Amino acid sequence: MARAVNTQRKAINTAAAWTVALLIFFPILWTILTSFKTEAQAISDPPVFFAFDWTLENYGVVLERSNYSRFLWNSIIIAGGSTILGILIAVPAAWSMAFVPSKRTKDILLWMLSTKMLPAVGVLYPIYLLFIKLGLLDSRTGLVIVLMLMNLPIIVWMLYTYFKEIPGEILEAARMDGASLKEEIVHILTPMAIPGIASTLLLNFILAWNEAFWTLNLTAAKAAPLTAFIASYSSPEGLFYAKLSAASTMAIAPILVLGWFSQKQLVSGLTFGAVK
Amino acid sequence: MGQITLNQVTKSFGDVNVIPPLDLEIKDGEFVVFVGPSGCGKSTLLRLIAGLEDMTSGHIAIDGKDATDVPPAKRGLAMVFQSYALYPHMSVRKNIAFPLKMAKMEQAEIDKRVDNAAKILNLADYIDRRPGQLSGGQRQRVAIGRAIVREPAAFLFDEPLSNLDAALRVNMRLEISELHKQLDTTMIYVTHDQVEAMTMADKIVVLRAGNIEQVGSPLELYRTPRNQFVAGFIGSPKMNFLTDAAAAEHGCKTIGIRPEHLDISRESGAWKGVVGVSEHLGSDTFFHVKVEGSKDPLTVRASGEVDLHRGETVFLTPQGEHLHKFDAQGLAIR
Repeated sequence: MARAVNTQRKAINTAAAWTVALLIFFPILWTILTSFKTEAQAISDPPVFFAFDWTLENYGVVLERSNYSRFLWNSIIIAGGSTILGILIAVPAAWSMAFVPSKRTKDILLWMLSTKMLPAVGVLYPIYLLFIKLGLLDSRTGLVIVLMLMNLPIIVWMLYTYFKEIPGEILEAARMDGASLKEEIVHILTPMAIPGIASTLLLNFILAWNEAFWTLNLTAAKAAPLTAFIASYSSPEGLFYAKLSAASTMAIAPILVLGWFSQKQLVSGLTFGAVK
Repeated sequence: MGQITLNQVTKSFGDVNVIPPLDLEIKDGEFVVFVGPSGCGKSTLLRLIAGLEDMTSGHIAIDGKDATDVPPAKRGLAMVFQSYALYPHMSVRKNIAFPLKMAKMEQAEIDKRVDNAAKILNLADYIDRRPGQLSGGQRQRVAIGRAIVREPAAFLFDEPLSNLDAALRVNMRLEISELHKQLDTTMIYVTHDQVEAMTMADKIVVLRAGNIEQVGSPLELYRTPRNQFVAGFIGSPKMNFLTDAAAAEHGCKTIGIRPEHLDISRESGAWKGVVGVSEHLGSDTFFHVKVEGSKDPLTVRASGEVDLHRGETVFLTPQGEHLHKFDAQGLAIR
């Protein structure tokens, strides 16, 4: 009896999980499906799911009209650069917060997180002016810096929770063994925190890849990443749903593949510390 | 060399004064044990010597040179931690080699020293394993190996055996004592276990609330404790204390007598009592005897198997030459 109830409950849970997952994934699925339709089918009412004439025409047009590889390269540089720069700054910061905390450490952490509660547009004007002054508009360097600053609180927080799990005695042992602060971080802390650092790298790469507000507002042509590539197909005039979908699919494909291969690492990173 | 001098050292955490002004002289090659109940400041004192904590005031000198502001890495001391604190991502070999690598020593010399340490500590078979694949005792040996390769001025041990089971603890105790004889280097050892202190130390420092209660050899402390605290802390089972009439008879506030210095008899003696719990260890028997006029039962040690039963009336007689007398402040009267 109990076993029957268990099996039934399991089936219900599984069905519920699939429903929620499909619900979340549906917009992406619809985008991918639409990218293979003709423009007419893309706006047909009622909408067609699978019974349409599959075509690669949209991809051909998009590739012909825009320089996909340049956008892709910009995305890689901006997402990768901001993540690596962020990690380099966050590791020492998280080290000091985790291992030599002061009375105000918790306050600083909260204050850092609170900056994420502010709408980004609130600082658009000053940053835009700064960028003009510094000649950083439409430059990859500028975007690397801005995205790094935007994600830094998250990077520090994530690393801080990972570092907290490392016993302080091990670092003290390294100090007794003659390691300088730098050697302690390079030879002991970092290797021990590799899983945490990898999760942080991945998550922030994805966040930076998908970031659209700053990338759209601070770039024009030279430094524009894939977000700008998508946006260039969302035209107010004319109907380009299928082409927009093709561009979107091409923009999210690399990150989707990356996420798929690293999902185990990502999940363990995001749920870290949740259990013990 | 490994002479360590503490001069008026104090330590406070915020408003809490953990170590009041303290002076201590540790001679080269000595095995010094800091012992005391938990929270007495013994680990803090060790960490001050290591440099892992900053002193609030005072000075510390190692081999005559002021080391007050010298960082831990530069003090030339090696430490073995309670949790072993091995580097989990490195093999045993790399763990032991780490301090040498930090000292920028040549690889050939590093290999020689690591192999030598592995031989001394019987680690050769595990040299390529990670700490996670070792037992507690083996991990402890790796931690000691990591300490000895540096040939430090002194070794600091912070309760190194408290995570081991009883049998292994006795073994490791002997091994550390043996190591001290071999290396002839200063060792400072922190423990709350007075048996470890008694068996290993050349010199015991008894601490209470950051204060040094007494410094001396194990037998000095056992025979002539300076006060009631030391008398009760050193020796196992602990000393019996009697007040009131029994003490007044000897003209003091409290008298103390160790369980092994009480004679037990069915016929006659100084104090009459009733046998309570008895503990039979084979080699010895401990009786807990409820004596008239004493709050706590007295512990009596009898050699070998003695056949006394619960509820039996017995007489106890203290051996006069081993009686300790204390005044109202708990100080020993000689």
